[in-house]
Amino acid sequence: MKIADKNTTAVSLVEEALKKAQKFADYHVFNFLDNENALKKAAEIDKRIKKGENVGRLAGVPFAIKDNFLAPVGSTTASAHILEGFVSPVTATVIKKLEAEGAILVGRTNLDAFAHGSSTENSYYGPTLNSADQTRVAGGSSGGSAVAVALDIVPFATGTDTGGSIRQPAAFNGIYGLKPTYGAVSRYGIVAMASSTDSIGFLTRTPEDMDLLMSICAGQDPYDMTTLPDFYNTNTDDLRYFAPDGERNIASEARNDGPERACRKSSSIRVGAIKDFDNDTVHPEIRQALKDKVEQLKQKGHEIIELDMPMLKYALAVYYIVVPAEISSNLSRHDGVRYGFRSDKVKNLDDVYANTRNEGFMAENKRRIMIGNFVLSSGFYDAYYLKAQKVRTLIIEEYAKAFEKCDFILTPVAPNPPFKLGEKVNDPVAMYLEDVMSTPINLAGLPALTIPAGTTKDNLPLGLQLIGPRRSDANLIELSKELM
Amino acid sequence: MKITREEINHLAQLSNFSLSDEEAKSLGTDLENIIKYISQLDELDVKGVEPTYQVFEMENVWRPDEIQPQEADREQLLALTKEQQDNQIKVPKVL
Repeated sequence: MKIADKNTTAVSLVEEALKKAQKFADYHVFNFLDNENALKKAAEIDKRIKKGENVGRLAGVPFAIKDNFLAPVGSTTASAHILEGFVSPVTATVIKKLEAEGAILVGRTNLDAFAHGSSTENSYYGPTLNSADQTRVAGGSSGGSAVAVALDIVPFATGTDTGGSIRQPAAFNGIYGLKPTYGAVSRYGIVAMASSTDSIGFLTRTPEDMDLLMSICAGQDPYDMTTLPDFYNTNTDDLRYFAPDGERNIASEARNDGPERACRKSSSIRVGAIKDFDNDTVHPEIRQALKDKVEQLKQKGHEIIELDMPMLKYALAVYYIVVPAEISSNLSRHDGVRYGFRSDKVKNLDDVYANTRNEGFMAENKRRIMIGNFVLSSGFYDAYYLKAQKVRTLIIEEYAKAFEKCDFILTPVAPNPPFKLGEKVNDPVAMYLEDVMSTPINLAGLPALTIPAGTTKDNLPLGLQLIGPRRSDANLIELSKELM
Repeated sequence: MKITREEINHLAQLSNFSLSDEEAKSLGTDLENIIKYISQLDELDVKGVEPTYQVFEMENVWRPDEIQPQEADREQLLALTKEQQDNQIKVPKVL
């Protein structure tokens, strides 16, 4: 990903990215392209390289941000009408960290409005098309970021994952997508969705790039009280299982100044396969892809452990109670008063609120806000919200028990390959069911990494996810290198 | 569970949406289907189970009580609104 080899320049890398963005405009990847500034910043980097200055580990690398990351670069819309015209005066911590390493922001990618959705069809600006088949959805909500990376417009893009929004579009486009441990990466400067599950992560084409991005972006941020002290670069217990004796650790070499991480000598690991997910509700080609990867693991001498996890089937119901509750609270700030869109059909202040919100939110935003207000309202709180948070405890305990028996879990990301545009968008429950395997991870705060897993017979990309205990992010990335 | 028109109106009011009749009707159907789905938790017995409200492992993060410089100043923040006057955000009359 680096340009230190001097065979190219930052300007030519950025020019190429912008040219490709133009060429693939019909996929509707970008909400905004920052052509002029990106080229200017690239020219500065080239100048600094010439002078022999230290330009950082991502010098000249073009990247895209999901359009729910704040920065005074274009308008941060979250693909929602209600944020139209909002140019943020603040910059997300992650963007600052990436730019400090010389990366060059080229544009903002499309998403489901406020990241509510699994197909990018809930965008106010229209859907993003799948990189392998334009009649199918990109996945969501980070659909634009996934397609930007899959079409090779940029080597990496940022995403947010509240219930699968990085992992599912990564799977739908055949790339890597990491939802880190809750609290690993700062949420400062990102449009809030559900604060107890929102995670910030990346979409890349290689595990090595993912490792480099995590080593740059993980760590505590004084502006986000829910960030953990950096464990990604400092954890040395039983990390890096997989590098056999004497073999160079590519990942830590890529971070030229990063600390060395210890490697456990044993190269055999135990990978859990969840029996409850192996049934007719999962597409046969996804079940086959899982079997193939399990076989690959066995051939490498790893042990496969069968897991019964009966609580997981309730995770989706828990998710669609807890998350809407948090959404209804987080999205109450969008009222047309301080920033963004304001309805012009107003006679008094109440109209500003009610008409702005009614015109400014998409149908899916409204469903979630209203469900949130329903499960939190008096009379229903105990039966829905409180009960869901108790079941959440049982789900977390079930993972804890599973990780006593195995080191990692391998499952599908979603039950189906990329579906047709329009197929599910008018049936909210059918769309929610796409999240059945991705949401439990967020409820438990675990890290999970989508890895490419071949294609269907119709050449649609398939992905699987590796799930680990909290703080095992680096190991997930390391293990994924064995499954290429 | 059947969601009545009154309940939809109540939720719209809590959410601050001025829904049209047509929208209220279609959202009502959607909400009914979603509530039917999430009601499957009814079959679980959670007696004695503690709820989990958050999965962050730390109790408290302290910082000194000092005024820090901010990225955005008053002018920049006021510039984001539709109307302002005398360093205040202007809105239509309340009543």
